[in-house]
Amino acid sequence: MSRAEQSGVVQVQGEVIATRRVGAYHHLTIVAPGVAELARPGQFAALSVGGLTTGNLLRRSFSIHKVSPSGTYGGTLDLVIAAKGAGTEWLTSLRAHDAVDVVAPLGRAFPLPTEPVPCVLVGGGYGSAPLFWLADVLRERGCTVEMVLGAASEDRLFGVVEARRSADGVTVTTDDGSAGVKGWVSDVLPEVFTRTGAPVAYACGPMGMLQSVTRVASEHGAVAQVAVEEAMACGVGVCMTCVMPVRDKLGVTKMVRSCVEGPVFRGDRIRWEAFHDGVCGVPEDAVGAPKVGGH
Amino acid sequence: MAVDMSVTFGTRTLPNPVMTASGCAANGRELHRFFDVSKLGAFVTKTVMMDPRSGRGTPRMAETASGMLNSIGLQGPGIHAFVEQDLPWLKSVGARVLVSIAGNTAGEFADVAKVLVASDAFDCVVGVEVNISCPNVANRGLVFACDPLASGKVIALVREQLPRDVPMFAKLTPDVTDIVSIADAAVKSGATGLTMINTLLGMVIDTDRLRPHLGGITGGLSGPSIRPVAVRALWQVTAAMREGRFQTVPLIGVGGVRTGRDALELIAAGATGIQVGTATFNDPNAPQRVLTELEALADSHGVARITELVGIAHDRMVIP
Ligand SMILES: Cc1cc2nc3c(=O)[nH]c(=O)nc-3n(C[C@H](O)[C@H](O)[C@H](O)COP(=O)(O)OP(=O)(O)OC[C@H]3O[C@@H](n4cnc5c(N)ncnc54)[C@H](O)[C@@H]3O)c2cc1C
Ligand SMILES: Cc1cc2nc3c(=O)[nH]c(=O)nc-3n(C[C@H](O)[C@H](O)[C@H](O)COP(=O)(O)O)c2cc1C
Ligand code: FES
Repeated sequence: MSRAEQSGVVQVQGEVIATRRVGAYHHLTIVAPGVAELARPGQFAALSVGGLTTGNLLRRSFSIHKVSPSGTYGGTLDLVIAAKGAGTEWLTSLRAHDAVDVVAPLGRAFPLPTEPVPCVLVGGGYGSAPLFWLADVLRERGCTVEMVLGAASEDRLFGVVEARRSADGVTVTTDDGSAGVKGWVSDVLPEVFTRTGAPVAYACGPMGMLQSVTRVASEHGAVAQVAVEEAMACGVGVCMTCVMPVRDKLGVTKMVRSCVEGPVFRGDRIRWEAFHDGVCGVPEDAVGAPKVGGH
Repeated sequence: MAVDMSVTFGTRTLPNPVMTASGCAANGRELHRFFDVSKLGAFVTKTVMMDPRSGRGTPRMAETASGMLNSIGLQGPGIHAFVEQDLPWLKSVGARVLVSIAGNTAGEFADVAKVLVASDAFDCVVGVEVNISCPNVANRGLVFACDPLASGKVIALVREQLPRDVPMFAKLTPDVTDIVSIADAAVKSGATGLTMINTLLGMVIDTDRLRPHLGGITGGLSGPSIRPVAVRALWQVTAAMREGRFQTVPLIGVGGVRTGRDALELIAAGATGIQVGTATFNDPNAPQRVLTELEALADSHGVARITELVGIAHDRMVIP
């Protein structure tokens, strides 16, 4: 068995074969042999940016939008990228045939229900990227899929057309009302849970949205599986920068690495109260938390 | 002709000089998915203290020009969990392990060493790296490595716990007025060798929010941007040892190594061993790649043994 099969991850020199604008985002298709065979929905890819001698050393992480194992070019990987800072600017300026180093797939995938149950999939902004592939996998297993896509404005919605193909029902919300219902996904979710009776929700998007999906899901007796986003330096579990406070099965809170133990967590295990405006503290009852006057 | 890459630290000979850097490789399993960690000269583990530690809140990192700041806060499972879970795994894959330890007090360093020595998998340990670049609770949180007396005390206490034949390295910070005096104190107290350098204290301000970027406010600067500081520190300590100011001991160079050429630069300044840290975040294969590149470079310089290049730049100065 090869190292890749054993470890479930590959590092490959990828080649961009297509890049297109989708609203505020860039959709990249990258030839990355070996990734498709290993990847499952909810996992992510960590890309290096800036070329071989770059001064931007840290990898950038992106949810895998979809993979395809074969094709004219070999296996491909699709990502949806919002240009934000230096690294995403570089990635979104890549053209066909440019090279990019890819480490993928990384992290834990969305756990799938064992029974064919109704599921609610919620995406915020580019957070919808991994959900269409997830929807296909769920529907193959006999689940019905209801999708809720939300964003600040219409150009920040991703995949509304794809959603209509991948899901049994779609609801769209925008903060400014430029598309769908004016408001947040949490405004429409209670009705969706009530109507479908879904026991499970899958969500990916900003932390605030994941928290409200978790809350609404539990109010309706459903479990939320959420894919989080925390600043990551390596993506592979060696730097300890990407931690967040999460309860384990026994209720014990630990600062866990979101790149290896996540990015998908059960929403009700995350200590949401520790997050404040881009900063996350260590809850006092977390294992090894600093004692008063101590470290 | 193949270059003999082996290097010796005290009683231990390693097949090659390249190692991971503490805190940049976790405890092995993660990188073993990318390359065989037993192929490295040694695997350096994340600094472990007595008790489990959560570390600090987030953000814990900021990218900087050719480097990064980190403020992890020495998160770890504690020495007992380490010797039960991590060390046996490293042994099972055949890794030679350099265990990095620390304490809130000088006594805690010794207690951690004691638990390590008593552990079942201790025979895979090729040395102990004493991370004295950590805050001393008894001295207002000032790092041990800023003070020759405190550094010497820690080193002497750990030495007492370790069997004579187990090499012990003191890991120094460059954030001091005179690194030579700290090196001197560590060697006089029984260090087999010195690891240089730890990160430099830095700070980043988020200019959108106009507030400190890191949760811990300040953090350690690492990566290629600090390599000249590592070269300078290795140079100064090597020069002092060559002048006979204190006993000559082997040095492990760390700071900004990304390529075989970077490694060679540290070796030419005086390093016998090389650790690859932040570069691993850019390329999970970096330690292995640096080894391959270093071997080819040494060969191109026509040497039979890598050790012929250690400190060579001191002999090649042109004085007109
Ligand atoms: C699991 C996961 C999935 C993601 N999926 C997507 C996606 O599908 N599409 C998309 O556009 N973005 C996604 N992101 C966010 C994306 O990683 C960041 O926007 C990107 O790293 C920012 O890089 P930059 O160079 O533009 O910004 P800078 O601010 O210059 O980045 C500096 C450093 O901080 C890190 N960083 C900064 N912001 C973030 C962040 N929000 N998350 C993680 N690291 C960050 C970067 O990796 C880099 O190391 C995801 C993040 C994670 C953790
Ligand atoms: C995220 C991170 C965590 C680190 N943790 C430790 C640690 O636990 N103990 C230690 O001695 N050094 C630690 N270091 C310092 C490195 O081992 C190394 O000395 C330093 O980063 C310089 O090397 P580099 O430029 O190759 O990274 C850490 C560095 C980084 C970037
Ligand atoms: S990003 Fe490095 S440990 Fe998670």
